Amino acid sequence: MFVPCGESVPDLAGYTFLMPAVSVGNVGQLAMDLIISTLNMCKIGYFYTDCLVPMVGNNPYATAEENSTELSINAEIYALPSKKLVALQLRSIFIKYKSKPFCEKLLSWVKSSNCAKVIVLSSSHSYHRNDLQLRSTPFRYLLTPYVQKSIQTKITSLNWEEMEKSPCIPEINDSEFCIRIPGGGITKTLYDEGHWIANSTQLWSLREDNCSKEIAMVILLKFVSEGDNIPDALGLVEYLNEWLQILKPCCDDPTASALRWKMPSSWRLLFGSGLPPALF
Amino acid sequence: MRRSGAPRTGPDAGAAAMAATFFGEVVRAPCRAGTEDEEEEEEEGKRETAEDREVRRQLARKREVRLFRRQTKTSLEVSLLEKYPCSKFIIAIGNNAVAFLSSFVMNSGVWEEVGCANLWNEWCRTTDTTHLSPAEAFCVFYHLKSSPSVVLCQCSCYVAEDQQYQWLEKVFGSCARKNMQVTILTCRHVTDYKTSESTSSLHSPFLKALKTQNFKEPPCCSLLEQPNIVHDLPAAVLSYCQVWRIPAVLYLCYTDVMKLDLITVEAFKPILSSRSLKGLVKNIPQSTEILKKLMTTNEIQSNIYT
Repeated sequence: MFVPCGESVPDLAGYTFLMPAVSVGNVGQLAMDLIISTLNMCKIGYFYTDCLVPMVGNNPYATAEENSTELSINAEIYALPSKKLVALQLRSIFIKYKSKPFCEKLLSWVKSSNCAKVIVLSSSHSYHRNDLQLRSTPFRYLLTPYVQKSIQTKITSLNWEEMEKSPCIPEINDSEFCIRIPGGGITKTLYDEGHWIANSTQLWSLREDNCSKEIAMVILLKFVSEGDNIPDALGLVEYLNEWLQILKPCCDDPTASALRWKMPSSWRLLFGSGLPPALF
Repeated sequence: MRRSGAPRTGPDAGAAAMAATFFGEVVRAPCRAGTEDEEEEEEEGKRETAEDREVRRQLARKREVRLFRRQTKTSLEVSLLEKYPCSKFIIAIGNNAVAFLSSFVMNSGVWEEVGCANLWNEWCRTTDTTHLSPAEAFCVFYHLKSSPSVVLCQCSCYVAEDQQYQWLEKVFGSCARKNMQVTILTCRHVTDYKTSESTSSLHSPFLKALKTQNFKEPPCCSLLEQPNIVHDLPAAVLSYCQVWRIPAVLYLCYTDVMKLDLITVEAFKPILSSRSLKGLVKNIPQSTEILKKLMTTNEIQSNIYT
């Protein structure tokens, strides 16, 4: 459930809800860190849940002594009212069997807050790519049918690649095709939650009970492998930025574009503590 | 984070993440995002029979956290702090923290047991005996007879991730209690501490603190620096306090000896001057004697020849 930091519940009507999927390389979460840190988004509340493994730590976006002592938990909500952006950051993994209930609770809350659309940042195992995917860009997108026409048009104009369907059962030749996102964590569950009505053959009988599932959702993902995923996160935020224009577009130089995004102080020591000098 | 469990066999075993090593062999690499289990869960959900569901239900029942009164053998109908409202809640998690509270806080005043948590998981099973020894796993709640609004919890058992939220509900309940202060004591291994110097150069044990926004007192030691984090039950309690705006502080002792150790326990001593423990600590020299006795008892038990 959403618990605000302040006394009142903020009005998120018309906001764009950004969230990560806990997925391979933690790319979605790293990308969210970059967005929250660069835009200096303000914490507005917590998503208190029994679905995620508990964790706490001091402010991961600290820039000075004064703001370094604010406690952070595993699921927090940040906002930037000037750009009508609200962001969820997830900092731990799901407890067994709790990922689907989490998606249901989260999307219910997003729907009841009247957010305009949901954007999910995610990733998928790069070793699962087929030959065509190996030769093309590593970025993909997916839309639910409720995404506004204007967004669909914009995305088409960007010449982005839509996530291809693959055989539901990989080894069987005549298997049906469906969307599979290996390593994507809750991405597929979120997509299904916001999408299934359109595919249902019992549309009319189900609609009355379930019209709350009509969520405009855009999923952006990158094919990645585990390792140092900071460049993947930078790539994913630049991909998002092509569309949302959170930061002003700049030249094609990848170094310059990487420098625009502010890495949070919590990214220190990502690969462990310093090494003992005796090792050498 | 890795989960314990049976090694994966069957058709799904091959679907794990693969990675090539420098030598050209292909090995199974665990996915940092913990997503392998997600796909298995989905597959399992689709193939689950009524029998599987029943097994899952029974396992969930076995893993339930139960709070009861040992004296009357009755379970608590409401949350512990609803039955025993408190202004000060002090909890020790882990054997060294428990030894510290036993020796320095519980040796003065009369502490009455008000509840006991019973739980089972793959790492531990709590004991039902009334005479607790350091070797056994337990989670017992006490209040000070002379000041019943001071509640203390000694928790030496491991509360698994799927039990932590349940534990919180059984102890704190669903309504936030604002007029109380929470103090948590626990230990972690020094290799968990991230620093730009090598951990071998750190002088352990040392104390670090994390506090919620509403905790206004200065802590008794320096705060835990980024990018260090805490998980398990101490994190669950502190998260609850942060979200519901309860003043709370976690004192974390980083040590290289996780079993019961005199030097590790004594590293908690700076906390004795804090407002939470002041007034509860009377006789420090006597406490040190009690602590030494506890160590000796434990050493005898841990002799591999007996």
